[in-house]
Parts: sequence; structure tokens; C-alpha cells
Amino acid sequence: MLKQRPFLIEALTAIGLIAAPLVLPHLGFAPNTVNRILVWGLFGLGFDILFGFTGLLSFGQSAFYGTGGFVAAYLLTRAGFGNVLGALIIGMIAAAATGYLIGLIALRRTGIYFAMITVAIAEVFFFVEFNPLSDFTGGENGLPGVPTPSFDLGFTSIHFTNGWSLYQFIALCYFVGVVIALRIVRSPVGAILSAIRDNPLRATAVGHNIHGYKLTAFVIAAAYAGFAGGLLGVLQAFMPPDAFTFDTSGQLVMQTAIGGRGTLFGPLVGATVWLFLQDFLQSALGLGAAWKLVLGVVFVLLVCFLRGGIIGGLADLYRLVSGKRKRMDAEMEQEAADAEATLQPPPAPMQAKEVAHPAYSGPILKATGLTKRYGGLVANSDIDFSVNQGELRGIIGPNGAGKSTFFKMLTCEIAPSSGQIVFEGRDITGLKVTEVCQLGLTKSYQVNQLFTGLTVRENLTIAALAELRGKFRLDLFRTLAGVKGLTEQVAHTLALVNLTRRADTPVSELAYGEKRRLEIGLALATSPRLLLLDEPLAGMSPRERLETVKLLKSIARGRTMIIIDHDMDSLFELAERVTVLQEGRVLVSGTPEEIKANAAVQEAYLGGVHGEIAA
Amino acid sequence: MISWPNLVSQLFNGLALGALLALISSGLTIIYGTLGVLNLAHGAMFMIGGYAGFVAYQYTESFILAVIAGSLFVMLLGVLMERVIIRHFYHRPHEDQLLVTFGLGICFVELVRLIFSSQSQLVPPPALFQGITNLGFMFYPTYRLAVVGIVAVALGALFIVLYRTRLGMIVRAGIEDSVMVDSLGINVYRVFMVVFGIGAMAAGFAGIVNAPVVSLTPGIGDDILVQTFVVVVIGGVGSFPGAILGGLIAGEIISVTSMFNPGYAYVMLFAAMTLVLVVRPHGLLGVQGRE
Repeated sequence: MLKQRPFLIEALTAIGLIAAPLVLPHLGFAPNTVNRILVWGLFGLGFDILFGFTGLLSFGQSAFYGTGGFVAAYLLTRAGFGNVLGALIIGMIAAAATGYLIGLIALRRTGIYFAMITVAIAEVFFFVEFNPLSDFTGGENGLPGVPTPSFDLGFTSIHFTNGWSLYQFIALCYFVGVVIALRIVRSPVGAILSAIRDNPLRATAVGHNIHGYKLTAFVIAAAYAGFAGGLLGVLQAFMPPDAFTFDTSGQLVMQTAIGGRGTLFGPLVGATVWLFLQDFLQSALGLGAAWKLVLGVVFVLLVCFLRGGIIGGLADLYRLVSGKRKRMDAEMEQEAADAEATLQPPPAPMQAKEVAHPAYSGPILKATGLTKRYGGLVANSDIDFSVNQGELRGIIGPNGAGKSTFFKMLTCEIAPSSGQIVFEGRDITGLKVTEVCQLGLTKSYQVNQLFTGLTVRENLTIAALAELRGKFRLDLFRTLAGVKGLTEQVAHTLALVNLTRRADTPVSELAYGEKRRLEIGLALATSPRLLLLDEPLAGMSPRERLETVKLLKSIARGRTMIIIDHDMDSLFELAERVTVLQEGRVLVSGTPEEIKANAAVQEAYLGGVHGEIAA
Repeated sequence: MISWPNLVSQLFNGLALGALLALISSGLTIIYGTLGVLNLAHGAMFMIGGYAGFVAYQYTESFILAVIAGSLFVMLLGVLMERVIIRHFYHRPHEDQLLVTFGLGICFVELVRLIFSSQSQLVPPPALFQGITNLGFMFYPTYRLAVVGIVAVALGALFIVLYRTRLGMIVRAGIEDSVMVDSLGINVYRVFMVVFGIGAMAAGFAGIVNAPVVSLTPGIGDDILVQTFVVVVIGGVGSFPGAILGGLIAGEIISVTSMFNPGYAYVMLFAAMTLVLVVRPHGLLGVQGRE
């Protein structure tokens, strides 16, 4: 929705903001109300990047709103600072810096812990503002006398006083805020933020430092909050102490959910509804204090029945009316295209990422004495394992042999109890899964770990970005199209896993076999030199297996692979050497022929059944 | 300003507050541990317990009946809330659960404000515990001492339910692994309903027991909710012993800091929480894995 024609949304926003003073007075909106809505909307832009896009629900935004507001107001009223815009920006920076420090603490945990910690933060800031810092903040009196902005342009000076005059200034700030937020959301960082909301585990595994990106989103939200807080003071000519209350955070959360999260404009819509209803219920219907109860009930009903809020609901409605026909046509087209695609020759194999130190020629992976204990249970015991460059190794073993645990240790998802893992001559024991992926070692999961809310193309984009940009980079204002080689790499991976025709389909609509191929594609898009595949054939139909074996053969060219699978026929066909695990130990290694002929392997798989039958 | 009697009396205050926080937090933490839902309306449950008890007291003039009526009312409210709304959120993301319980909390607070107005209401302590007790080295309000005893009994009862009954066994097993409990053929949904009721009742009970110490206002649960969060983060989510330990720590921090400067009470509380998060991210008695 947010990436149609370039600048369409920016242009519509500008038109809307210019038209507002001409239209809204006729609808009974006072300029002051409109200005307040814009301040909430600006506040919400950052919050929506944090909550709607990254999935981090913070109840502590009032802390940054208040910080920015009071820093700006203090500069303008007590410190004799004359430049309003400058003060607002300094307030914003102060809020962002505070956000960075608080983020370091709050982001130590995720989910409900994060929500609880942010609630506590909001409360602490409120008390600090009231008590220890009351000399600076005016305590419960707030800071009166905040001036409005004026600009001296040399030949003339513009002074934004109040009402619609001040609206021009606030609307301009909001517009700049929207433009920046849209840039961020469409940047590689924005894409990764959505991936974090969708599946943080996989975002980490494909090589993104998600903690860094979460902190980025947190700081962005704090910066927006700080600027909006400053504007609140300018708007009211007074910095009210209640900017810091927990209710402020709560109202922001509710407005965002009412308007629609993940839309950027949701908070603005939510604030409009909120302030309109507040006025309407209080005065027109004479409900008095009950207005908040009505809003609370509306909010609960929206959360229950309309998850996407008002904007989400309208978008669904639009899709329902206009989309049905289109979709059927598209599906027919697609089936025909799929039939055609199978006739095309397979695409060229994909290059693995360049070797860091080409001189190295030993085994690509060498594990020694690898052991993993869970309490008394030994999952892997003293495994020695070595794979040469370019090899295609198979691993088999009965259920519970410790194959998946072994893979998890190799990719550093879990730390071994003892032992050492060396990748291309470098000790990677104890590194993080993100770093290991960046070095060129990753795996596809036994159970699909996809970004289910995104399309196929977006999924592969996330993975490819990790390789092209490294684990953390703050290119907030670059477009996805501006990332060199991204389009090619995604297109190539799509072709390799035969999903080109499904590129813009949401993952949730894929068939199982397609999801399995995408799972492999996600690992592949990071261009690993060593690719681990955990049961890539699991749950596939015989025909899908044949196709996937073909796919595996084609990607094996130019890279080393280790495959776990229970499908012996396929594995013996693919692998040059096979290692058999049993009860957490290496039973035997050898060529497929040797393994087939090995008595111990037969014993392990048949579990001594012969003996029992004989007895 | 800082004298020994003063300090001791603040330590007692901290104990009373801590015991209350422990009880409320236990309710929050067993609900979260079992159902996986963080109930942001938990503070409202505390508040409603106070008001329900207040109404019962108006009619019966009996404090004991008020406590019973208040607790039962909140338990029923909890059961109702679980059946009608929360049940539909088990398979939705955490954010949605937070949003809906947050909204419900606001509805409860505003409803109470509508009925009882924002003015504070008073519930007198029971005749038995009125006045001041001479502890030998200082005088201390009798009812506050009684609060510690009453809450200790309630925590004991909760302990027995959790650790000595079949239901408790299921709840504790559910905290460890609710999928496993489900697949053992136990109707988890019924257990969830009961747990939500018990958890809410813990808060409601605390609300009415606390009512004579403070005066009732519709917003009384908001601060308590925040303190409860800190308790749970310090103690460890899903841990009953953690809630008690965290409650006592938080109560003492708030009381002792208030003796010097009430403005810093939350700062110190937050500092303690930060320390725990840095040193033991899963809480003092929390188990790794539950997130």
C-alpha cells in the first residue's frame, strides 16, 4: 500500500494539508483542534514506525514527548533562547538521546517485558519531572510563555501567531515528518523493521543485527515524540506538565490502534476521531465525563473486530469491492504461466559470496569434540566432523540422533557445552548466529521460518539485504532500489527456487511445497559458501521431491552443502559422502555405497529387529 | 528527620505495601504464566475490588462481608472477562492482548468514575483493628499491622491452591508447557477461566483490604499496576515466589525512599528494576524461556 507510484502519498498529503484550512472550518473544526490533531499525528508517525512497523508496543512514549517538550520550552522561556525552530530541534535531539539510553535498557527484553518496562519508564519520567526537576519544569505549574515561531527572511519576516497562522507552521512540520517517515519506511532499514515484527528469529538468522535496528526504531520514535512535544508547547503557548503522564502514552496507543497501525497516517486519523468524539460526546450529546467510557468501548470493539483500525478496515473494504475480479484473472494467468515455466531451462547457478581469505585451502568446516548436554541428557557427544570445500555431505540418523542439535551448534544458534567449531580456518565457537551468517554459513530450517506477513519477493529481499549491507547499517534515506545488486540477487534467487511467478504473492497464500522452496531460497539469498539444509525434502510429495533434488543439485555447484534428510534414496543420489549419527555420536562416515553396505548402519536403522524376530 | 522510630515505621509500611504488591503481582503473574496474557486491566481489578467491597460495606456494615463480597465480585468479573473477550485473544499477537486489556481497564475505570464520581470514598477499618498498637518501641496503626497478617494468610491460601491441589499442579504444569498440558487431555480452557478468576480475585481482595489504608478513587489501580509490573520484572514472570520476593523488595524501596524524598521513590524502583535487568534479565527467580 505504501509503495505505489513515487511521491503519490507525499503529494496527496501536501494537497490535504493545503486544503484543510479551506474545508475543515465548514465541518465545525476549530483551528486549534486541527493543530492539536497534527501534533498528535506527528507524535504518532514515529510511534507507528516503532509499533506498527517494528511490532514493539511501547507505553512509554510520554517520556520522550515530555522530554522534548520541556527541553524546548525551557530553552525558550527560561534560558532566553530566541529561535523557536532551533529549540524544537534541540528538544528533539534531547529526546532521541534519552530514547537511546532508555532503549538500551528496555530492549534487553521483548514482548510483554518490553511493554511493562516502558510503562515503568513513563511513570518514572513523570515523577522526575514533578519532583527532582521541578525547578526546570515548573513542577505542576508547567512552563508558561512559550513563544510562537517567526522567521526573518531579510526582506520580510513571517510570524506564525495562532489559529490558522500557526497551522501553516505545524502543517509544514507534519509534512516534513511524513516525508521523512516515508523515506525511512521505504528504506532497507524499513524493510528489515517489518521483518523483525514478522519473525525476529529468522531476521537474526539471515544476518541482521536486530537489536541495533530495534534501537534505531526506538530512537526514531523518541525523536518524533520529542519534536511533537515541543510543538505542543508552542501551540498552547504553555508547556503543560501532563504531557508526561501515562495517559498521554495511553492516548497515543489508542489513537494509533483506532486509526490503523502500520499505516503512518493511522495516528492522525485516530487523533481526529478521538478529538472529534470528545467534543461531540461532551457538548453535543451532553455526556459529560462519560465520553471517555464511550471511547474506551469503541476502542475495545475495534481491537476485537477490526484489527487494522479504520484505515485497515477501509483498505479491506476497498480490496473486497475492487480486488475480487482482478484476483481471479490473475490466478488463471498464473496457472498458465506456471505450466510454461516448467519447460524453461533452469537458470544459471548462483555465485556464493567471495571468500574472505582465498589463500585458505583446508576443510571449510571442522568441528572437534562437539558436545551438547541438556541437564542430564546428552544430545551430542564428542562429535568430530570435517567437510571439505565444494563437498556435498549428507547426514542421516534415526529420529533423536541429535542431527538438528548438531546443525544448531554449527550455525551457532545454540552454544555447545564443549568442543570447537572452525569455519574456513576461523574459530567461530561462541559467535552469534548473525555473525556466522555474515561470514557465509547459514541453514534452512526443518520447520519453515518465513516472514509470513510479507510477499515472496520481500522475503528474499530481507535475506539478500543482509548480505549486501552487512549486519547493521543506517541507510535510512536510501531506497531499496538504490541498493546495488539487490534486484538482480532477488530475481536470481526467485528463478533458482522457481518462484518467479509467485514473487508478489503473500507467503500465507503459498502451497506447502512452495513454502519449502522459499525456505531454501531465504538461506540461499544470503549467498552462503556453506549451506546447511535441515530436512529440505520433509513433507513433500514424490514429484516435489524430484524437483527439489534437482534444485539442490543446481545450487550445489560452487558451494559446499550439508544436508540432513530421511529420504535415503534422494540423499544417496545427492551426497558424495554421508555421515551417520546415532544417539548423539558419529556412527560412521563414508561414500553412499560404503554406508549402504555397513552392518552397523543397518543395525541402527533396523534397531536389531532381526535379532528379536529370530528370538 | 531520619530517626530510628521513623525508619522502623517506614520499614513496617514497606512490609504492608510489599505484602499487598506481592498478592496483586501473584495474581498477574499466574495469569500470565498460565494463559500467556498480560492483563493490563489488573490495576482496574484492584480498584473494582475496593469499590465492590465499599458497596457491600454500605449495605452490611460488616468488613468481613465486604471483603468476601468484593473478592467474589472481582472473581466473577474476571471469569466473565475471560469467557467473553480474553478467550478470543489467545491466538492473537501479544500486542493485541495488551491493547484489549488496556482498553478494558480504561472502560472499568471510567465506568466506576461515572457511577461513584471522582471523589474519594472511605471504608473504615474493622472495629477489631481500629486504633494504634504500642509495639514497645513505637506506636503503629493497628490496621496496617493487620494488613500484613491478612495478606500473609491470603498468600498462604494461594500457595496451598497452587502447590497442594490438583488445579495448582495443572496451573504450574501449564506455566512450564501449556501445549503439553493440553495434549494430556486436560481441558485447558476451563483451567484458564478458573486461573483468570483466581488471579483477578487476588487483586480484588488486595483492593478491599487496602481500602481502609487509603481512600478509594477510580484511578487508584493505575499506580498499583505500574508497581506490579516492576515487581514482576524484578521477581521473574510466571514465578509465584518471585512475585512475593519482588513485592517485598519493591514495597521496602518505595517506603524507605519516601522517607527521604517521595519524589525519588519511583526513580529508585526503576533503578532496582534496571539493575535486575542487567544482572539477571529473567528476574531474580524467573526461569529462562518464558517470554
